[in-house]
Amino acid sequence: MLLTFLYTLRSLKVPVGTQEWLYLMDALTQDLAESSLDQFYTVSRAILVKSESHYDAFDQAFLACFRGLDVDFNLKKELLDWLNRIVDPAMRPQLPEGLKALDLEELRKKFLERLKEQTEAHHGGNHWIGTGGTSPFGHSGAHPSGIRIGGPGGGRSAMQVAEERRFRNYRHDRILDTRQLKVALKRLRRLDNQGVPDELNLEKTIKATCRNAGDIDLVFEPPRKNQAELILVMDVGGSMDPYAHMMESLFSAAHASSHFKAFEHYYFHNCIYKKLYTDAWQRQHISIDEIFRKFRSSFHLIIVGDACMNPYELFAPNGSIDYWENHREPGIECLRKLKNHFPSIIWLNPEPQEYWPAHPTIRAIGEIIQMYPLSVAGLSSAVDDLRKGPVPVARRMA
Amino acid sequence: MKQTPAYQGSSEYVASEALKQVVNVALSIGRPLLLKGEPGTGKTLLAHSIAKSIGRPLIRWNIKSTTKAIDGLYFYDTVQRLNDSRFGDGDVSDIKRYIKMGKLGEAFLATEPVVLLIDEIDKADLEFPNDLLAELDEMRFFIPETDQEISALHRPMMVITSNSEKELPDAFLRRCVFHFIEFPDKNLMEQIVNVHFPKIESRLLQAAIERFYQIRAQDHLKKPPSTSELIDWLQALLAMGLDAKALARETPFLGCLLKSEQDLGPVAARTRSL
Repeated sequence: MLLTFLYTLRSLKVPVGTQEWLYLMDALTQDLAESSLDQFYTVSRAILVKSESHYDAFDQAFLACFRGLDVDFNLKKELLDWLNRIVDPAMRPQLPEGLKALDLEELRKKFLERLKEQTEAHHGGNHWIGTGGTSPFGHSGAHPSGIRIGGPGGGRSAMQVAEERRFRNYRHDRILDTRQLKVALKRLRRLDNQGVPDELNLEKTIKATCRNAGDIDLVFEPPRKNQAELILVMDVGGSMDPYAHMMESLFSAAHASSHFKAFEHYYFHNCIYKKLYTDAWQRQHISIDEIFRKFRSSFHLIIVGDACMNPYELFAPNGSIDYWENHREPGIECLRKLKNHFPSIIWLNPEPQEYWPAHPTIRAIGEIIQMYPLSVAGLSSAVDDLRKGPVPVARRMA
Repeated sequence: MKQTPAYQGSSEYVASEALKQVVNVALSIGRPLLLKGEPGTGKTLLAHSIAKSIGRPLIRWNIKSTTKAIDGLYFYDTVQRLNDSRFGDGDVSDIKRYIKMGKLGEAFLATEPVVLLIDEIDKADLEFPNDLLAELDEMRFFIPETDQEISALHRPMMVITSNSEKELPDAFLRRCVFHFIEFPDKNLMEQIVNVHFPKIESRLLQAAIERFYQIRAQDHLKKPPSTSELIDWLQALLAMGLDAKALARETPFLGCLLKSEQDLGPVAARTRSL
């Protein structure tokens, strides 16, 4: 029974090792849990779980093992599962002649209508929301401008995504992979002597003492502190999925670096409009104006994203891929505003560099914000440019 | 088997059942207790409460960004020795005279069991907790300067607090008993306030707590007010002799609750419109 609990915890990604398990056994033999399930809950959680972010998983495991309840039955998941079913591209129906791309407003309206009408799972066909099929709604379909619902997007031009996104928190420590990135980021630091003089400078003390004919003359100086401030803004979901682990490494490196005076991170989806998402509660956001108010222009801003989107999303008002987001200003204007406020802004792009000139939105963004490949080398050269001050857009992509 | 003392909470600290139990677990299996939680949820106070409840002295080690692990063990005062050699008072050949114990060393050498509070461990360098692993496991350390080994006479009860400014290394976490102090709900908060102000009028208390949670619920506060700020605020209200009616229309002394001007503006505007 208890061992099942251990393995359920481990399967839910709670890092429990034998050592903690032995501590728990120790506690149990001392009868600390007083043989009551409630107390066992507190005791085992205190010993086995080392971070509040795992509390939820612990609760699930506990329920599963000791109440005999199903761990995660919920309706929403069932629905998503149905939509997530992989559909073989070969099995996609042929696109009928004359099925032309629908206009965005029309799509929005029809989607809402059909969502209301639809009551059951549906695959194939050309009307209902489901997988496969040539209806503009659902995923893995073949309609030229469809709204994607659940599931991975096949191509990159689904104009609107109306799915519940899970913003993953890129908060894993990956010391091995991140070491190089950390070193690169470290070069961003700007050391200044500030504060109370409480550090003995041995070299100067020796010099001063010699000058003082051997009488000790102690020289104290304020410690050197890093004054660099960094904001990291990351694209999540959709076409960035293949690069998730690279983002994770970069995030860990920046987050674990103790040397920044300030470090903030935000998320966005495809392009930045009038707000950014904060990570903690997945769908909370902060407006761009708030960002300008909160952070001085001395902050370094690093944006990570593939910059690949439907040109509509970058150049048109209300072009956001997020169905419910309305904004009058096109994304490209927002990027210009960011560049104006934060002169030290750069963009890291995980897409292979040779594709950049060919993609219209990468090219357009690259003309506003200097772009570097997302790699240790790319980051290093970005950091070198950031150190020199405001980053000009040096080279135009041919 | 040696009887370990049990923590029962103390008169000036309201601890939840779960928290009491976690403290007792840490006490009996002899592992450090790692406390996390929002600033102001009473992590540091808990250590004081434990020391008082089980009747042991408290040794407090405050961690700063410049603190090194060795600072907690011992300190070799070379400057004093240099000074003495120059001006000739004292025997400089006896290095022992210039070795001073750090807080951890003090706790090891105490003749009775103590409670050692390592406060805000996340302030220190990333590697700091790792540098203490062996000392925490074996409860002893070595001073190369004097060729001396210091080992703990009694295993101290260690309470470590963290505000999660940095992530702690896994190897360190593995050795701790962990508890996340959640922000108290309204009922627990009333109990906590009653401990501090036993004579407070209940209508004022209700109104103040209501307003406090209202403010906390607002989005994007740079620093949401915590228990300690609520206590300060009530202190101010009581000192000025205000009652529940004063809270109906506005929030006096908002500065006790919110500490940044970005927060003050919007919140003041909103409470005025209530």
